[in-house]
Amino acid sequence: MSISSKIVDDFVAQGVNFITTVPCKQLAGVIDEVEERPEIHHIPSNKEDEGMGLCAGAFMGGKKPAIIMQNTAIGVTINTLATLTQYYRMPLPMLISYRGELREPVACQVEMAVHTKALLNQMLIPTFHFHKEADAAELPEILKYTFMCNKPVAILTDASFWGGYGDQ
Amino acid sequence: MIRSEILREIAPILRDHLVVCNIGLPSQELHMIDDQPTNFYMLGTMGLSSSIGLGMALAQDKTVISIDGDGSVLTNLGTLPTIANNVTDNYILMIIDNGSYGSTGDQPTYAGKKTKLEAVAAACGCENVVTCKDVDTGKVLQAAIDSKKMTVIVVKCDSGNIKLPVITMDPVVIRDRFMKAVQA
Repeated sequence: MSISSKIVDDFVAQGVNFITTVPCKQLAGVIDEVEERPEIHHIPSNKEDEGMGLCAGAFMGGKKPAIIMQNTAIGVTINTLATLTQYYRMPLPMLISYRGELREPVACQVEMAVHTKALLNQMLIPTFHFHKEADAAELPEILKYTFMCNKPVAILTDASFWGGYGDQ
Repeated sequence: MIRSEILREIAPILRDHLVVCNIGLPSQELHMIDDQPTNFYMLGTMGLSSSIGLGMALAQDKTVISIDGDGSVLTNLGTLPTIANNVTDNYILMIIDNGSYGSTGDQPTYAGKKTKLEAVAAACGCENVVTCKDVDTGKVLQAAIDSKKMTVIVVKCDSGNIKLPVITMDPVVIRDRFMKAVQA
């Protein structure tokens, strides 16, 4: 089974049924899986703060939401995380492609990578980092934890986790 | 009419539905005029009223009305294509278009100049876009609810604010009360 299928299986098994996505090359396989699953209402969004608004509404409407996005989105969503997700105490698993780490071919991606963990730390967002495929075994527990504590939780998935970019 | 006068007039209609109300003065006005458990007041996060309301509407069957402003929609313009492409007929986006950023001192918005949000919404693919005058808001809103079709309403009105207190209710109380009303 592909890692993308396994991740989405875990989302479904934990009752996650509303996912908004902003594309990333590394997340393409996961996004395709999300789109295919009848158990998940998939709403692509144009920007990550918009996606977090959709997730907040879906949560209050009775769904278990999640967002899939790139780490550059942390720079876009600080205000939304602080004044919506955290202020109203809402759960939000954030599956994040961690661009700008080892094997990254695009220099500019490193510029946000160096801020990613510092910003998440500053926001007191519980953060998990998947570096090897075996690390994804923790995903079910991370999802349970997120909905237990009603907080946004970050799952950073780097290039090594995804097996590189395939063209180097 | 200014926004608070419109809200006072449509409060009896809003009372029966789930309402997501925009940050700042709109929430403060609605809270003062007719506080209801079915009202979700945004205390921060400018621009996301329409997104929160759409997420709510997609997640359950009750009618959801997002009260937004022209300035806030301009802040989150990407919301209009998302709304257009994810039709849910229990959703109404009502944009109070007074051509100004009311909560921050009535600075003019581009919607008060050359940009027509009703044309933007239509160009984004929204199928039912209704523009109305302030005095017709209640009639148009009720018709949109009765139509059971996803509708974007752009209410053209005057800019202007009334003096009123901030909302001191705890956000978790607002959210918990609202979620219980959703489930009721």
